[in-house]
Amino acid sequence: MKIPILYNVRSVMQRPFSTALTALGVGLVVAVFIGMLALANGFRVALARTGSDANVLVLRKGSDSELSSGLPRDVASMIAASPHVATGADGRPLVSPEVYVLVPLAKIFDTTQVANVVARGVSEQAWNVRQNIQVVAGQRPASGRSEVCVGQRLTSRFPHTGVGETMHFAGRDWTVVCHFTAAGSAFESEIWGENEQFMPVFRGEVFQSITFRLKDAGAFDEARRALMDDRRMTVDVHRESEFYAQQSQLLGLILGYLAFGITSIMAVGAVFGAINTMYAAIAARSAEIAVLLTIGFKPFSILTSFLVESAIIATVGGLVGCLLALPINGIVTSTTNWASFSEIAFSFRVTPGLLLWGVVFAVVMGVVGGFFPALRAARLQVIQALR
Amino acid sequence: MALVEIRKVNKSFQRDAQSIEVFQNLTLDFEAESFTALMGPSGSGKSTLLNLVAGLDRPTSGSITVGGANVSVMSSTQLAAWRARHIGFVFQSFNLLPVLTAYQNVELPLLLTGLSRKDRDERIRIALGVVGLDDRMHHYPRQLSGGQEQRTAIARAIVGDPTLILLDEPTGQLDAKSSQEVLALLRRLNDEFKKTIIIVTHDAHAAERAKSILHLEKGDLVEKAGSAA
Amino acid sequence: MKYLPLVLANLGRHKLRTVLTIASVALALFLFASLRTVVTTLAATAQFGGARRLVATNSTGIVFPLPIAYANRLKAVPGVQGVSWANWFGGRYGDGKRFFANFAVDPESYLAMYPEIVIPPDQKEAFLHDRGSALIGERLLTQFGWKLGQDVTLQGTIFPGDWTFTIRAVYHPTDPVIGDDVLIFHHEMFDERIGRAGIAGWFIVQIDNPDNAPAIAKSIDDLFRNSSAPTKTGTEREFQSSFATMWGNVSLLMGTIGLAVVFAILLVTANAMMMSARERTGEIAVLKTIGFSDRMLFALVMVEAGALALSGAAIGLGGAKALYQATKFNGLGFLPGFNVTSATLLLGAAVAVALMLASGLVPAMRAARLPVVEALRHVE
Repeated sequence: MKIPILYNVRSVMQRPFSTALTALGVGLVVAVFIGMLALANGFRVALARTGSDANVLVLRKGSDSELSSGLPRDVASMIAASPHVATGADGRPLVSPEVYVLVPLAKIFDTTQVANVVARGVSEQAWNVRQNIQVVAGQRPASGRSEVCVGQRLTSRFPHTGVGETMHFAGRDWTVVCHFTAAGSAFESEIWGENEQFMPVFRGEVFQSITFRLKDAGAFDEARRALMDDRRMTVDVHRESEFYAQQSQLLGLILGYLAFGITSIMAVGAVFGAINTMYAAIAARSAEIAVLLTIGFKPFSILTSFLVESAIIATVGGLVGCLLALPINGIVTSTTNWASFSEIAFSFRVTPGLLLWGVVFAVVMGVVGGFFPALRAARLQVIQALR
Repeated sequence: MALVEIRKVNKSFQRDAQSIEVFQNLTLDFEAESFTALMGPSGSGKSTLLNLVAGLDRPTSGSITVGGANVSVMSSTQLAAWRARHIGFVFQSFNLLPVLTAYQNVELPLLLTGLSRKDRDERIRIALGVVGLDDRMHHYPRQLSGGQEQRTAIARAIVGDPTLILLDEPTGQLDAKSSQEVLALLRRLNDEFKKTIIIVTHDAHAAERAKSILHLEKGDLVEKAGSAA
Repeated sequence: MKYLPLVLANLGRHKLRTVLTIASVALALFLFASLRTVVTTLAATAQFGGARRLVATNSTGIVFPLPIAYANRLKAVPGVQGVSWANWFGGRYGDGKRFFANFAVDPESYLAMYPEIVIPPDQKEAFLHDRGSALIGERLLTQFGWKLGQDVTLQGTIFPGDWTFTIRAVYHPTDPVIGDDVLIFHHEMFDERIGRAGIAGWFIVQIDNPDNAPAIAKSIDDLFRNSSAPTKTGTEREFQSSFATMWGNVSLLMGTIGLAVVFAILLVTANAMMMSARERTGEIAVLKTIGFSDRMLFALVMVEAGALALSGAAIGLGGAKALYQATKFNGLGFLPGFNVTSATLLLGAAVAVALMLASGLVPAMRAARLPVVEALRHVE
């Protein structure tokens, strides 16, 4: 026979205060859990989206980031001539050689705080090769002019970034002529300008990276071998998506460990709370349990009944936690990606999957916390309980 | 002057919207060294009377003096201190703190005095000796029988050498044999140690062991047996 | 103190509950101390900086170099007592999974400027005389199992190729912010290998008087303002703190989590206290009958709450301090000198007190206000 769940629900409602406190405790743990994972998630997604499977990123051999790489102009021409490179609608090879530097910009709310922002020199092809780039305000920089296009995520955090305004870096003035989005990826935290404009003020006649679209997306390994075997250049070849995903590894790992560590400790605390509550509840209801046993319910039913009760309280807590965590979805925050030394902005991403995990986590806490008390309830002898 | 003087006491309770009168103009004395049993059906106010004498409750009007102190007008803080010194109270259900040993339970009232550890120890041992539990002083209540628990409670009630010992249905939960033990002890406390005792009970056999019996019915004394005034 | 047995007995009533509650408080305060220490450690790194050291970088961005030739011109600036330079190398060891800082410096001038880097004299001499040698922080000995006199090879990332150095000296930092896991080698060797490019990543300038810092910084920047590599000079502290701000909103994040943690534990403790209190109505009535005053009962409950909170605090805070000290935790190198400060401990204790008040207040007041006569009905 199964003890009706209604009994548990009613019992829980009999001690509203104690139940509320326990549920809230569980809720807070779940909220922190979801929050931290949303942070890690947001970061990972921003970098994951920053690359396409169909693109190839070429760096100088041995460089672990675009920043430390350097490729001469002729390498760009050699790559453009490669049979592995796709051609655009206009018949030109989809190759984008780019300059990549970091410029210090003071933040809008506190000018003593300086962030190293990525300034990327591009050619016209960049807008076609790099995926998901959309100009959302103004027009692309005209050739030969001291103009830049600013990524959407920068506009609210750095001054003088509105369309028509003038930024100042590298000892020159630059007119902002457009804003662009990039599906929330890392590119949205960058300033794009013309290669020929950036080269003289930065590192001279050298590119940091060359990106091209694969003619055949399945032929990556072939293309890679061809380029690395080519004696005229010393390069490392990566799939664009893999490269950026790997760049996020360290920080992603740190965020992951942080989330895990903090939440585990909090979870243990919440479980203790659940244990206390359940023991007290069972002690107070020992007469009821005796009656149930006398009627003929099996001890195992008692066990599951109390486990269910503990799980109910925890689930309520889990839902509360989800509600607490929801508002942070979309909040933009920024940090330095130490792998590339550049500032990256990303938003907290709370997904339905994450919320579900939060509730599952809550239920697990409830069941773990309720186990030993429920066991005691099941082992109760009638005579003892009725004393 | 009687030890306890109850003068024109009225006591009523508010239950929901109704006012329930327990006593009206009750006037009553208890002499020093007396051993009185208060009897009556439930609702007759006997427990309430005990509470009033102990200063646990206040009369609606009238006065109660115990040993010269007017307990009906003292503040609750004063009453607490007064109770510690002058009253020993024993309840029906055993009222020992389960987390303390018999020894520690008996010690409780003495913690409220300024006595040194050594002095306290002496008195506790004496009290436990009087009730015949010196061999069990370090047992916890759950290790004692009903009768033994009650005797421990009595030891606690007398350890501070109070002016008055009050018991509310002390044998209500005991079997015949344990009841006899407890009642014999009370009789001895009164005969040998000259303690003034008021015991509330509905057990006629228990009442017989007292030296006088008062009957209360609906807040009125209906009959007196033995001398009281 | 004669009431101590009573307090202890009450806490021992449900040993498991007491233990669990204390453990929860301990965990919460451990977490609190850890999170707060992240904040204080980052703040300390931002505070580091010799008062008499300025750092000059390329104003276009720190990733751009400065000509070595600047060194002589810097020496000539009034108020300047010494000049040194360094280049960030960014080399990887092995699979590169364990990050550590490594850079090339002008050894003699650099070590003269950083008395915080303490090296045994014979090792120092060996390092200065061998151009292919390296000076390493003591932690690297245990981190990679390196030994004095051993050759180690790094993979260059910015400056490609295999770079081999002989470990000739091991240093101990007197200021934890410097980090005990840095590898330093000769700029001469670096410069020669990259083809005499004559570049420096940044210059460190020692000045006579800290008060002159702003003026001297300005003169330096004026000197190079119109050249192809203009400088941005500031105190070492400003330079350091700009790195600290790169962490972004970490402080805010840690603070928020810390708050959530404390709050969650407050709930657990308050719950436990109230459960205990509710079960003891009868006993409280008995105590009052014996003569314990309302005030005393209030104090009794508060002391119990306090005992729980403070023992949990002692374990949690003490544990955090001991753990990080014993394991020499430094957050994979990003949090050098990670140490729970006295201020954090005090703050933790204050949180424990607040916990005691918040969780004990309601039950204590309930106990104090308990109308004896009502409660006696429960006893009967």
